[in-house]
Amino acid sequence: MNKNLILYAAILIFGVSAPFIFPAFKVQLSILCVLIVLALTWNIQGGEMGYNTFGNILFYGLGMYLCASVQVGMFFPLAEWTESGGEKTFVHTPAQFFQGMAMGLVVAAVVPTIVAGLIGYAILGLRGHYFAICTLGLGVAAGEISGGIEIIGAGQGFTTPPFPDVGGLESRGEFFYLLSFVALVLTFIVVRAIYFTRFKLILNAIRDNEDKAEAMGIQTMKYKIIGWMISAFFCGLAGGIMGGLVGYIDSTDVAFDGREMGVFMVLMAILGGKGTLWGPVIGATVFHIFKEGFWTFFLGWQYVALGVLIVVIVIYFPEGIMGWLREKYPERFGEVIDEADRKAQVELK
Amino acid sequence: MVFQYPMISVQACLDGILLGILFALIAYGMALQWGVMNIINIAQGDLVILGGYIAYFMYLYGIHPAWGVIISPIIMYFVGVGLYKLVINKVVDRDLFISILATFGISILFMQLMNFAFGADVVLANSGYGTTFLFDSAVVLPNSKIFSAFISILFAICLVIYMKKSKLGRAIRATAQNARAAKILGVDTEKVYAATFGINAALCGVAGALISITFTIHPYMGLPYTIRSFMIVIVAGLGNLPGVALSGMGLGVFEEFADYILGTEFRIGAVFLLLVLILVYRRFKLSRKREYLK
Repeated sequence: MNKNLILYAAILIFGVSAPFIFPAFKVQLSILCVLIVLALTWNIQGGEMGYNTFGNILFYGLGMYLCASVQVGMFFPLAEWTESGGEKTFVHTPAQFFQGMAMGLVVAAVVPTIVAGLIGYAILGLRGHYFAICTLGLGVAAGEISGGIEIIGAGQGFTTPPFPDVGGLESRGEFFYLLSFVALVLTFIVVRAIYFTRFKLILNAIRDNEDKAEAMGIQTMKYKIIGWMISAFFCGLAGGIMGGLVGYIDSTDVAFDGREMGVFMVLMAILGGKGTLWGPVIGATVFHIFKEGFWTFFLGWQYVALGVLIVVIVIYFPEGIMGWLREKYPERFGEVIDEADRKAQVELK
Repeated sequence: MVFQYPMISVQACLDGILLGILFALIAYGMALQWGVMNIINIAQGDLVILGGYIAYFMYLYGIHPAWGVIISPIIMYFVGVGLYKLVINKVVDRDLFISILATFGISILFMQLMNFAFGADVVLANSGYGTTFLFDSAVVLPNSKIFSAFISILFAICLVIYMKKSKLGRAIRATAQNARAAKILGVDTEKVYAATFGINAALCGVAGALISITFTIHPYMGLPYTIRSFMIVIVAGLGNLPGVALSGMGLGVFEEFADYILGTEFRIGAVFLLLVLILVYRRFKLSRKREYLK
């Protein structure tokens, strides 16, 4: 426990000081935080509950649009803002910007949670691949439909309010980094707390055998919906932050980007190791470093690389980094291996 | 609008039926591989688009694109077998989600490779077949659509007969029923799987060539075709051929009406939303008997 505390303290100190140590990578670090949040929340769904979703992108995009809309709509007419392309006609004062952002993030987190609760009963009754395809459809449908709604910019996109002129050139990056880092810490604390509760065991029971879990008297639907709502809360929050960070929202390329972000969150969790606490964090970090390297040096070929990467990870590396470590150093994970028993089992195979 | 101008409804119905026959052909390939190999292929739509580009290139080089209906499936068959040998054979016996994710990767890969090879423009191969006017020119049907529906039906019938009569067809059906038993009785299931995936890809090639004549193709348009064929298969069920044809036509008609009523920008959205609605409807219907979709 003591060792853990030192580890967490070190990570926290590193996290807070990171933008000042690597000032050139502030935006990248903020995106990394958002990616880790997405991977962690996907892991609650796909890893712990066994419901492999492509649809968390729905909450992410919803949060993004909601945060920006609230931030603008609190002070200015939304329709005129999107029509004029945003910042040219209206200017947020710093106070307005931060108030709007705070309010927007609250809405961005709460509304997707409610949406998840409302559609959860219908969608979570599906299982396995039907659930996967259904959520894939939800994500794409949301993107297509939001691309046809005029008030949030339709096909031409939505410019989020520009950062107000306070505290010098660096303040924008620092603000968004700290915001995303706070979101990451919050998510990690909640997810870690879940790991020591009965709730996590119930989710695992649902993953391993839902019928048996139901037969044991667990109201599986209730817990599935709660699990999805937790995912939706943090996905919406991450989306809201990302919207402000990117500064421009497009329906299919930024917000409901099933081809990029929607797959990334699945991939990161699988790369790190499904169903582990640290897996998604490690997976997201490795993935982000790999991705940025590739995106920079092989511009244009990134989707080819992404496609190959997905195939390779899924086929040859489905246990992920944590799974591999666990195989290699089982003692570190608190597993005791009876050598004689293991040999007997190998022989049986 | 639909009731004020009945001719628009007739037009939409006819368009939808002709379109739906094409969808049913793609869905038949989907049902084939799902039933035999137990995989869901997200790259299905991208195979369709690739087949379309083959026909389009023949058109560019001065060959009439209708010949693509013959050339494209031959090329696509080998693409399919190659894909099987490289990737798909490793996901056949695994969890369905693995196959979904792996083929999603293939889909992204194909999209981008096609984007490099053929450019991001929307293209179509002009067949020069003219149009048919019905009911005093109130209903306009391009002959290419009629041609494509006819060819689709022809290929579907050929395939059904082939599956019933030929040795490979029997082997495929045996493997679909029980792969292990088929293996014991001397069927080389690896070969059967490869052939199934190849036939599926060839069907996609035919459909793609027809789509390049009748509609437009674009590297990123694959996913909607996958979703449509998935939807048709879950509505009709595996191995129910009349059902596949009927639900394909139904989907086509739905799409045309969605196009007229909601507007073209919501067309794809309506398709995806319909998928969600169908799945949810089936889920509620089954949950009354305390069952779920398997």
